[in-house]
Amino acid sequence: MCDQTFLAITFGPCDNCSQNKPLMNIYLKNEPINYCSLCVELMACQGLAKGETIHTLKAESETLKTKLEEERAKLHDVELHQVAEKIEALGQFVMKTRRTLKGHGNKVLCVDWCRDKRRIVSSSQDGKVIVWDAYTTNKEHAVTMPCTWVMACAYAPSGCAVACGGLDNKCSVYPLSLDKNENLAAKKKSVAMHTNYLSSCSFTNSDMQILTSSGDGTCALWDVESGQLLQSFHGHSADVLSLNLAPSETGNTFVSGGCDKKANVWDMRSGQNVQSFETHESDINSVKYYPSGDAFATGSDDATCRLYDLRADREVAIYSKESIIFGASSVDFSLSGRLLFAGYNDYTINVWDVLKGTRVAILFGHENRVSTVRVSPDGTAFCSGSWDNTLRIWA
Amino acid sequence: MQDPKSGVKSQTQRLVITTIPHAITGEDIVAWIVNRFKIDATEARAMGTMMVAFGYIYPLQDHKRLILKPDTSLYRFQTPYFWPAQQWPVEDTDYAIYLAKRNIRKKGMLELYEQEQYNSLYKWMNHKWDFIVMQAKEQYRAGKERKKPDRVVFDCQERAYWVVHRPPVRNIWTEYRPYGQFNIIFNFIAFFCRIVKYATTYKEHDPLLHSCLPSNPWLTDDVTYWTLNMPNVETPTKMRVECWTFSFGELLMDPRGRADFRLFLKKEFSGENLAFWEACEDLKWGAAETMKEKAQQIYKTFLARGAPRWINIDGKTMDITVKGLAHPHCYVLDAAQTHIYMLMKKDSYGRYLKSPVFKETQRKAIAPEPHRFTETQLEQNAKRRRPSLSPIILRQQEEEQKAKLAASGPVDITQVMSELERKQKT
Repeated sequence: MCDQTFLAITFGPCDNCSQNKPLMNIYLKNEPINYCSLCVELMACQGLAKGETIHTLKAESETLKTKLEEERAKLHDVELHQVAEKIEALGQFVMKTRRTLKGHGNKVLCVDWCRDKRRIVSSSQDGKVIVWDAYTTNKEHAVTMPCTWVMACAYAPSGCAVACGGLDNKCSVYPLSLDKNENLAAKKKSVAMHTNYLSSCSFTNSDMQILTSSGDGTCALWDVESGQLLQSFHGHSADVLSLNLAPSETGNTFVSGGCDKKANVWDMRSGQNVQSFETHESDINSVKYYPSGDAFATGSDDATCRLYDLRADREVAIYSKESIIFGASSVDFSLSGRLLFAGYNDYTINVWDVLKGTRVAILFGHENRVSTVRVSPDGTAFCSGSWDNTLRIWA
Repeated sequence: MQDPKSGVKSQTQRLVITTIPHAITGEDIVAWIVNRFKIDATEARAMGTMMVAFGYIYPLQDHKRLILKPDTSLYRFQTPYFWPAQQWPVEDTDYAIYLAKRNIRKKGMLELYEQEQYNSLYKWMNHKWDFIVMQAKEQYRAGKERKKPDRVVFDCQERAYWVVHRPPVRNIWTEYRPYGQFNIIFNFIAFFCRIVKYATTYKEHDPLLHSCLPSNPWLTDDVTYWTLNMPNVETPTKMRVECWTFSFGELLMDPRGRADFRLFLKKEFSGENLAFWEACEDLKWGAAETMKEKAQQIYKTFLARGAPRWINIDGKTMDITVKGLAHPHCYVLDAAQTHIYMLMKKDSYGRYLKSPVFKETQRKAIAPEPHRFTETQLEQNAKRRRPSLSPIILRQQEEEQKAKLAASGPVDITQVMSELERKQKT
C-alpha cells in the first residue's frame, strides 16, 4: 500500500504567466502557489541589479574565465621541458628511406605492422588492401574490398588475418591463406556494423575481439566469431577519427580522438568515459599512447601535436612551430617514447623530441600528403603511407 | 502489487520510536513476484532490485544501498508522485532546497558527499540562494504542521527519491586528482618524472636512438637481430634479459621471459598463480562463445574447494568472483586476476630476480658483436634478401607441436606436484 501523497501532481495554468504547463509548488509570502518552471527561474533570479543586463553579465563571466585560466596557468607553470632540461640532448639524427613499396593504384590511407616485425598491411582509396613483406618488398596477399576509401586496416596478433573497413560502414576480417589462387573475399567475416564510415580499427590482445571507431561518433568492441557487439562507447559529439589501445600492462582502457576536438579515455569494461581532454583547436586526426601507458599524444588539423598525461589529467607539452601550418594526420612514438614521429599534410614527417619539445629532424620524400605513420613492433623502423600511392620504410 | 487483498502482504511496523504504516519485508516481495510471474527466486530478486534501484520501492533501513534483500528487511512502496515514470526533470534547484531543508532541521546531518554537493550547489546557484533558503524554510514550516507519522513517512519518501536521483558518486579517478593547491606543483613534477624516467630507462633499447646489436636489419640487410630475438628462442640476448628487470609487465609480456618465470615458479611450487593469470587473460580476450565454458573450467581448476590447482585469494575477492561466475562475462575474473597479478608482482617477481634460474639465464645470455660490413658486403646483403616463414605456417607448426605433446602424454610436473600435495593433506 502506498501512502497519500502530500504533494499534488499538477498541470495547468501558471499563476504568473497563465500558460498551461507542468507546475511547481512553491511558497510566496507563506502562501502556496503554483508557478511554471520558467516563472520560478525568473523569480528566483530577481537578483539582477540595476544597470546589469545579460550583456554585462556575459562580459563579466568572460573576464572571470580568463582570470581562472591565468590562475590555473600560474600553478601549472612547470612544464615538461623544464623538468627535462637536465637530460642530454639527442645526437645527430639521420634517417633515410630504406624501402619504397609501390603497388597501390591510389592514395594509401592506413598501415599496420604484423607482430613478426617485417610484414605490413596497407589499405588505399581504390579499395585494395595489400599485405607486404616490407623487408623484401614482396606483395604476399591482396584483397579487393567492395567499397572505396578503405580508411582502416589492422593486422591480427596471430598474423593470420587482417581487418579492414571504410565507406562500407563495416569492419570485415579476412583470414589470410597461403594458396595464391584462393579468393580471400570468400572467407571474409563481417564483424562490425556502424551507421557511418569506419575510421579506425584495432584488434585487442587476440584475434577474437576488435575495437572500431566510426564517423557516427561512437566506438565499439566486437566479438569476431559471432559479430556480436560486446560494448559500445558513446560520448563524442562528432566523428571519431582515431583510437588506440593502452599498452597491455596498464589495463583495459583506450583513447579516442575526434572532430569535436576532444580526446576521450574509455574503460573497456564498463563503457564509461573516464577522462576527457579538450585543448586542441581543431579536429584530432590521430591518438597514440606513450609506451608506458601513462600519457598519450595527439595530432590535429591545428598543426600541433600535444602530449597529455593521464595522471596529471592535463596537457603537458605542445609540439608546434610557426613554420608548420598544415595539419598533422598521424603520430607514433619510438620504442622508448623519446621520439614522436608525425606525418603532416605538407608532405613531410617531423620528428620531435618528446621530452624537450624540440624538433629533431624533418624527413622529406613523399610527393603528397602523409596520411599514416606507424613504428614497427620492435622499434627498428617506421612506415609512412601517403597520398602519393607509396609506402616508405625509414630507419 | 499494492492491492490490499492480492498484493504483497503489509503491516504496520515499529521502526525505532515511530510506527511506519504499510511496511513490507524483502522476502515477501520476492515471494509475491515468484508467485505472480512464475519465475525462480534469483530472477525475482533481480527484478525486485531493479524496482528498488529505480525508486519504485524504497528500503527503510540501510537506505543508501538500493538493492532488494530477501530477508526481513523492511521496504515501502514509493508514492506515485516520486515515481520515475512521472519523468519530472530532476532539478538541481529542488535538490538544493532539499539539502538546505535538512540542514535547517538539524545541523551536521548531511553526509560527506551531500555536504560536498551542497557546497558546490551553493557556489553555482549563488544568485538564487535567497530563494532556495526561503523555499526550504517554507517547506520545513509546512512539514511541521503535519502529523508526526505522516511527516516521518514523507521524509522517508523524499530521502529515498534523492538517493535514487543523486547517488553518492564514486569517481575511480579521484585518487589521481591533485588534492590541494600546494600539492599540485609537486604532483606534476612527479608525473613528468615518470615520463622522463621511462624514456631514459629505455633509451639504449630504442633501435632508432641507439645502435641495436648486431645491426638493424633495415640498415644492413642482415636479419641476425631478428633471429636472435625470436619470441621463443632458447638463449635470449643480454639486452632482452635486461628489459625483464625494468618491470614485471615487461617480464610477462615477453614469451621467453614468461617461460623463465614459469620455470622459477615451478621450482617454488607456486605455478598455479601464473597459470590462473594466463587462463584469465585467455578468458578476457577470447571468443564470446567459449566464455561460459572457460569460466566454468577455471572455477573447477583454480577456485573451487579442493580444486587441483587452488589459488590463494582473500575471502572478499573470492566472494565477489564466485557470485559473478553465476552470470559470467569476459571481465568476471578481473578482481581475482588483479589480486594474483599484484601478488606475483610484489612477491614472486622480486625473488625471481634474485633466483638461480634468473642468474643462470643472465649468465648464458648472448651479447652479439656489432656487425662491421664493408660497402661491397652491404650490397651483397641487399641482393640476398630472403622472405621469412609466413605467420600462417608458423601457427600451423605450433598447433602440430601442441597436438603431438597432448598425444604423447608427457609427465606434467605440476599435475604430479598437486597429486603429491593432495596426498600430503589427507
